[in-house]
Amino acid sequence: MSAELLDTPAASAPPAGPPHPLAEFWTSFRANKGAVIGLAIIVAVFLMAVFADVIATHPPNLTNDAAFLKPPFWQEGGSLTYPLGTDAIGRDILSRLIHGARLSLSIGVAVVAVSILVGTMLGLVAGFIGGATGIVIMRVMDIILTLPSLLLAIVIVAILGPGLMNAMLAVAVVVLPHYVRIARAAVIAEKSKDYVTAARVSGAGPLRLMLSEVLPNCAAPLIVQASLGVSTAILDAAALGFLGLGAQPPSPEWGTMLADAREFVLRAWWVVTFPGLIILVTVLAFNLVGDGLRDALDPKLKR
Amino acid sequence: MKRASLAVVLGAATALAATLPAGAKTLVYCSEGSPENFYPAVNTTGTSFDAGSQIYSNIVNFERGTTNVVPDLAEKWDVSEDGKTYTFHLRKGVKWHSNKIFKPTRDFNADDVIFSFERQWKENNPFFRVTSSNHTYFNDMGLPKLLSSLDKVDDYTVRFTLTGPEAPFLADLAMPFAAIQSKEYADAMMKAGTPDKLDQEPIGTGPFYLLQYQKDAIVRYRAFPQYYAGKAALDDLVFAITPDASVRWAKLQKGECHVMPYPNPADVDAMRKDANVQVLEQPGLNIGYLAYNTKKKPFDDVRVRKALNMAINKKAIIDAVYLSTGIAAKNPIPPTMWSYDDAIKDDPYDPDAAKKLLAEAGLGSGFAMDLWAMPVQRPYNPNARRIAELMQADLAKIGVKAEIKSYEWGEYRKRAQEGEHQSAMFGWTGDNGDPDNFLHTLLGCAAAEKGGGNIAKWCDKTYDDLVTKAKTVTDKAERAKLYEQAQVVFKQQAPWFTIAHAVQLKPVRKEVVDFKLSPFGRHTFYGVSLK
Amino acid sequence: MLRFLLTRASLVIPTFLGITLVAFFLIRLVPGDPIETMAGERGIDPVRHAELRAEYGFDKPLLVQYGIYLERLAHGDLGRSISTKEPVIAEFASLFPATIELGVCAILFALLVGLPAGILAALRRNSVFDHGVMGLSLTGYSMPIFWWGLLLILLFSVQLGWTPVSGRIDVRYFIEPVTGFLLIDTLLSDESGAFASALSHLILPAVVLGTVPLAVIARMTRSAMLEVLGEDYMRTARAKGLPAWRIVGLHALRNALIPVVTVIGLQVGVLFTGAILTETIFSWPGIGKWLIEAIGRRDYPVLQGGILLIGAVVMAVNLIVDLAYGLVNPRIRHAR
Repeated sequence: MSAELLDTPAASAPPAGPPHPLAEFWTSFRANKGAVIGLAIIVAVFLMAVFADVIATHPPNLTNDAAFLKPPFWQEGGSLTYPLGTDAIGRDILSRLIHGARLSLSIGVAVVAVSILVGTMLGLVAGFIGGATGIVIMRVMDIILTLPSLLLAIVIVAILGPGLMNAMLAVAVVVLPHYVRIARAAVIAEKSKDYVTAARVSGAGPLRLMLSEVLPNCAAPLIVQASLGVSTAILDAAALGFLGLGAQPPSPEWGTMLADAREFVLRAWWVVTFPGLIILVTVLAFNLVGDGLRDALDPKLKR
Repeated sequence: MKRASLAVVLGAATALAATLPAGAKTLVYCSEGSPENFYPAVNTTGTSFDAGSQIYSNIVNFERGTTNVVPDLAEKWDVSEDGKTYTFHLRKGVKWHSNKIFKPTRDFNADDVIFSFERQWKENNPFFRVTSSNHTYFNDMGLPKLLSSLDKVDDYTVRFTLTGPEAPFLADLAMPFAAIQSKEYADAMMKAGTPDKLDQEPIGTGPFYLLQYQKDAIVRYRAFPQYYAGKAALDDLVFAITPDASVRWAKLQKGECHVMPYPNPADVDAMRKDANVQVLEQPGLNIGYLAYNTKKKPFDDVRVRKALNMAINKKAIIDAVYLSTGIAAKNPIPPTMWSYDDAIKDDPYDPDAAKKLLAEAGLGSGFAMDLWAMPVQRPYNPNARRIAELMQADLAKIGVKAEIKSYEWGEYRKRAQEGEHQSAMFGWTGDNGDPDNFLHTLLGCAAAEKGGGNIAKWCDKTYDDLVTKAKTVTDKAERAKLYEQAQVVFKQQAPWFTIAHAVQLKPVRKEVVDFKLSPFGRHTFYGVSLK
Repeated sequence: MLRFLLTRASLVIPTFLGITLVAFFLIRLVPGDPIETMAGERGIDPVRHAELRAEYGFDKPLLVQYGIYLERLAHGDLGRSISTKEPVIAEFASLFPATIELGVCAILFALLVGLPAGILAALRRNSVFDHGVMGLSLTGYSMPIFWWGLLLILLFSVQLGWTPVSGRIDVRYFIEPVTGFLLIDTLLSDESGAFASALSHLILPAVVLGTVPLAVIARMTRSAMLEVLGEDYMRTARAKGLPAWRIVGLHALRNALIPVVTVIGLQVGVLFTGAILTETIFSWPGIGKWLIEAIGRRDYPVLQGGILLIGAVVMAVNLIVDLAYGLVNPRIRHAR
């Protein structure tokens, strides 16, 4: 979606000069306080996901017939047994949020992995081979970009049927064009450079050229796009969940929890507030890191 | 500075919005959706029927709040002795509405009646295909086969001749699909080359005429001063289209509307406490259930079905999902229906006994099954997925691993009727109040075939004999006895886990006078007034 | 220049054809069929079902159906909705103004807040204000707007009672649609208070929809301003002793606005995505809600028509932005 807009400077600025050593990168990344906070949050969410079974005080799908819609502990009627209250069928919201971290992180990572892989391939092909194949690829990407991403994702989910995997696939398709475009732009920019010409002259085949010479050189914008892409993916998948087309209940995916809770908005504010809040915090963390990465990797913005 | 001026505008707007207008009596009904169009005969949703029924009259109609058939455009009628000929004597001096594109030159007469039925019945009628040729209810009620002829005796007398006697025929004519439209308007629109206008800018003889319709926003009616039974007590009637139930409730609370349908179960408690609101209620003619596929293992074993019935906590489902909008069901028919057997005991919630029974059936170590939940809200089931989650948790306690499945709604029904499931939630809303409509239609052997409406695919000889016999007997007491016996067999054999009967709840503001619940779930506003 | 115009415009045609393909074939892949969906629990007699399919033309081979579809399209006929039986184009026309009105107000809100915030942040680089604006805008950018909408309703409509809960205008006002844009129609009508009512209904949805564009605009404005302020001619202007407001107002802002305007243009697609969610939450009678419902009903003609029309609108806006940008910035013209 709009991630494209944030990365325009990165995309238009191919990394020039010698590659930064890792240490230098870390120093400049660390200087960005926001990015460090973001990273800390991501690490926390990641740990939460890995150790969900240990941290969560209740199994995520355990219902309690005696505790429907209990408020958080600081409100009257709440208790520390359910620190953030319970939902309509008596499940502990905190435990569900903790377990939901697994889903949301996997969604983010899987979507980005798939779209980077496929997108880079397509972009390399389009940039390197060009011709009719390139045109067709880029036209298809244009079509995907023209349609509102959520609408297209909804149609894809409608075809495949609602569910976590299908929602991930749908999101991967709609974010694909960003990666294709970045990869293609980088290839075109790199292609005319001396080292590629030199490699070609020395008899490197197109495949080897693509993978060993050009790809490493367009890694920087892709990495930035990827970290921003995780946040877009989480947000989009949650939006699908909210429309009832993402992960299906009882899975504790955050967007799905929110959709499920919507009818209680007037009666129990907590079932609506917490899932949304954790989506916001996680997405924000990835965006902070993405920003930090870009600043660290993009020499032009570093002053 | 910007902020300050916005606040002023806001303040002014809310001050105004707090109360509905005095003076002209405007009733605002927060309806649940947009009507499909204003031709009830091609629609099937209550939303469309509600929108149309304010505008049109029928030959006969249901008395408000009951299922009794009373005169409407026909003052009286005669039925021949063999029950095959119905002669209707029409009311004189009934005026048609007018709108920007049409001014009627004559009163309602027999031509209009004939036109309204022929456009649904005769393919050569120029309006047969206008809007749609799918006249759902006309076909579902069997009228194409039932009607032999329809004749105009004189300007104010029409005669229906049937191919055989049919007791519910009069009730059919009171249904929304039988609304009477103006032939003069139809002809004028055909001449103008815009036949669709007949159904989109409707002209009727009813108590309200259509002033404005904006899709997904508003339907605005005004009282028709020349309505034959006298002008409505309301001056204006507004349908404020509000699809979200919580939002409807918020609007009702704030006085932005007076009547709302389909409240959110979670909000009903608050509604009952609100001093400005009265919650009308009436048990509906419906049942929501979980059907076990008795043709598939392990549900071909009655012990397994019984065990599951005992393992699921029905009370928890009602408390969590239906709340006060449903009552626990033990029989396949609702308690308001005649022949309901109240002596029957529901299977108790007893996980230990359930486990024992499973062990007896050789499934002591549990098993895996699928559990289908429809993807949409239905009148008899406010949230199938949530119910499925509760069932899943209950079943896990006796070692049964249930996987929740769902399909697109049309697909869901088709697959369930084909019998692809192991267990599936489903339900039924009756339309004529006869037990046969539930007990035979949903559980008889004929419907257990592939593609039939018997989702349990359950064919029990004893049961089937009882309900088939009850169809042919005319004595109501005797029929009731047969149906009671059938319910006993049903409970023993447990093809379903009966979940609940939904209750029709209607929050209405206190200033609304004389709003009556319709047993069919319709909303009629003629006769309603405001304090 | 003409060549640039023509190349850009010629790219539109294959994309448009591609969208017709997507609209037509993807929709056909969606399982379920509108007739079944309408039938409900009762189901439908297979013979009748076949008759109806034939009537809608669903029984013909897909390619033939596509051909018929294209031919009708060429005549401007998008078909009729299966559920309401109204022409798709008429439904679109009656709902589109609501979406436009919402979108325009959202962008206006985003500009009114985002531009000044971005400019000030750039001028006071690294100040608390700057960090605040950047932090808030990144938060806005990360906002799940479907949740944001619910929160705002809870706070402003339910708790405080400041704004109406949903709808476009109080039902008391009987406004004849002239333009379809209620803010304009209410001004044209003589009903007093109607405009205020329409505006108060619009505020929350516009804020929700405008949140993401606001974040993007604030960030873009800031970085564009920073870039311009660092240019040599700015230093010259400062050295010449021009007053600060003139430097900012006349030189910096004008140059910084170019990329910002582009970004606004490119936000149209994003805005539609947001509109789908916003309209769902606020029961706003616009295009987004219409399409979501059409998917639920498997209303093929509405989906095809809606996707096509939205695609056309987005393409048109992108083209205009592209061309305008090309005009302003000659470098782009020769880039490809």
